[in-house]
Amino acid sequence: MSGGMSETVIESSRSLRGTWRDLWLYRELFFFLAWRDLLVRYKQTAIGLAWSVITPLLTMTILTLVFSRLAGLPSADLPYPVLVFAAMLPWQFFSNTLSMSSTSLINNRNMVSKVYFPRIIIPSTSMVVSLTDLSISLVLLACLMTWFGIAPSWRLLALVPLTLLAALTSLGAGYWISSLNVKYRDFRYIVPFMIQFGLYISPVGFSSSVVPDEWRFLYSMNPMVGVIDGFRWAIAPSPGALYWPGIISSVVLALILFASGAAFFLRTERKFADVI
Amino acid sequence: MSAIIEIEGLGKKYVIGHNKNARYETLRDSIAHFGRGVWQRLRHPLLPNRERVDLEEFWALRDIDLSIERGDRVGIIGSNGAGKSTLLKILSRVTEPSTGRVKLRGRVASLLEVGTGFHPELTGRENVFLNGAILGMSHREIRARFDEIVAFAEVERFLDTPVKRYSSGMYVRLAFAIAAHLEPEILIVDEVLAVGDASFRKKCLGKMGAAQSEGRTVIFVSHNMQAVKQLCNRGVVLRAGGMSFCGSAEDAVDHYLKGDKGADSIANLTDAVETLPNDPVFRFDEIRLTQDGEEIDRVDNGKALEISMSYRVFKETQGLRVYFDCCDAEEVLLFRSFHDEDCDTIPTVAPGSYRSRVVIPANFLGPTIYRLVFRATIYNQRTLPPVSGISVLLNVEQAGRYNRAYLGDTFRGKIAPCLDWKTEPLDAR
Repeated sequence: MSGGMSETVIESSRSLRGTWRDLWLYRELFFFLAWRDLLVRYKQTAIGLAWSVITPLLTMTILTLVFSRLAGLPSADLPYPVLVFAAMLPWQFFSNTLSMSSTSLINNRNMVSKVYFPRIIIPSTSMVVSLTDLSISLVLLACLMTWFGIAPSWRLLALVPLTLLAALTSLGAGYWISSLNVKYRDFRYIVPFMIQFGLYISPVGFSSSVVPDEWRFLYSMNPMVGVIDGFRWAIAPSPGALYWPGIISSVVLALILFASGAAFFLRTERKFADVI
Repeated sequence: MSAIIEIEGLGKKYVIGHNKNARYETLRDSIAHFGRGVWQRLRHPLLPNRERVDLEEFWALRDIDLSIERGDRVGIIGSNGAGKSTLLKILSRVTEPSTGRVKLRGRVASLLEVGTGFHPELTGRENVFLNGAILGMSHREIRARFDEIVAFAEVERFLDTPVKRYSSGMYVRLAFAIAAHLEPEILIVDEVLAVGDASFRKKCLGKMGAAQSEGRTVIFVSHNMQAVKQLCNRGVVLRAGGMSFCGSAEDAVDHYLKGDKGADSIANLTDAVETLPNDPVFRFDEIRLTQDGEEIDRVDNGKALEISMSYRVFKETQGLRVYFDCCDAEEVLLFRSFHDEDCDTIPTVAPGSYRSRVVIPANFLGPTIYRLVFRATIYNQRTLPPVSGISVLLNVEQAGRYNRAYLGDTFRGKIAPCLDWKTEPLDAR
């Protein structure tokens, strides 16, 4: 908030410019809420940080057993555990952000109905907790790579824009679902289902090269496909080609999802306090 | 100089739905109803629920015009449902108005509740920073005032304890201390002074009084008439969404308390009972206040006041109790009385109509204003709607026994029981 003679006008339709100004004024709140989420997450659990290590490792083991040993799928040129783990990084980042942000407004109902601040801060902070998990998983990945003797290359830098892409996708979906959730609580049953379903239709447990070429572009309509392929490409030791149409469709879809989600959220947020 | 807050033609409309098919005949009906609802929702996910055909507009606030000068402390009073909270919510930007506009020339902090956003797992220290940020303080401001806040709340020793282990008093003190150390130009406060123990309450009032000397503008909603008179220089009375009075705080309190045609007058009791929401278990049919068998609008404290409550019970219920609270004008509870006070079991009430009568004896109430609140409750389960009760203001006139020779003597205290005095001479000459 600013001091001095700032003037605020409250009317039935607020301009978007006011929204941008408020977002800037309340930027500190974003960090405070993210900090709260992090503190709470590690305080409430008995073994705290260890969860961020155990869950990905167990999931990796199961997926490796099922897809490599039982189904006998090819591993491109990566050891299967690394192939799976490289995909799980963006997938878990996406699914954690989405599931946390979709229920975030409901969980902070009390704040929404009692204080003013730009509501979009609430679903957005979910990303910070997922980002911390992602960084812990990156350390695990480094260990795995050392174990299997994979040397890192400059391509690892591509992880930064790829993570941004996953963030846009999950936040876009999170904005849509969290605002719909305010009025229709049904959506909170849809998200776990979507995430479970998504784990199997996204190339997490297998390489997307198993998808026949003529279906490859259609398969890339899932924006996470491009992100996951990108992660594997960035980690793999041999310069395998990147499927560019997949990456481009990912970028376009992520931007559309993010922009439409944010627009829908900002348009409906003024009614939240009345219906939540 | 222009006003710090300008409110023009402000209104807020809610659309409430009455679902005509709320009672299902059979389980099959209700499943079919549910199925139709889901189908509608899938086809038109963004439309409001189609089943709610019977929509009704309800204006929680209408045509409010008000301008508030810098340094004014404005008390907003009114009975429940008069629109006080809606007005505060609009001013603090939690909800949007449907019509009109408000101009705020200065930084606003609003306190609609103490401890908004407090997280039970976090320590006192962490919650100070979090809550401060939620209320709009910057990190630097919070740090600068941190010691002051902690000292004010008297929780130094427990700073690193999660607030879930705090006593409710400590919790509230800490929450209020943070809010009290905001330094906005406009402070909006709802009822928060009703919490904490007496000495802390006094401290809070002092802090709010200090806002005046610092030239701060305060908007204060309360049921506590004493606090409104003490803290505010201006008063606004809201009634059924409209503004019914605006003037000095003293006059506003008088207007509110003496407003005979108000929603809370005895004359309006019948209406209040008729418009009660339906409940599957219980319904008040009539509440009557009589003296000598006659309907009254003012109470004569020299005569017994008879209260009669008629009600219907639709289902066999254990522990159903009807009762009333007798409060003074400042909403302090003087006593509460239940209809089944003289038995030692939890009675089961069979379906049917009942009438419970009770008498407040003559020469018991003082010549002042009381509020009676009637309610029904199911023991250990729920308070029957309306939870806020049916409330009525009693204007009591002095007619009972008192020494009429001392004419100018004012009434002191909350009740005036006629006690049996005996004075005998011990050493009279």
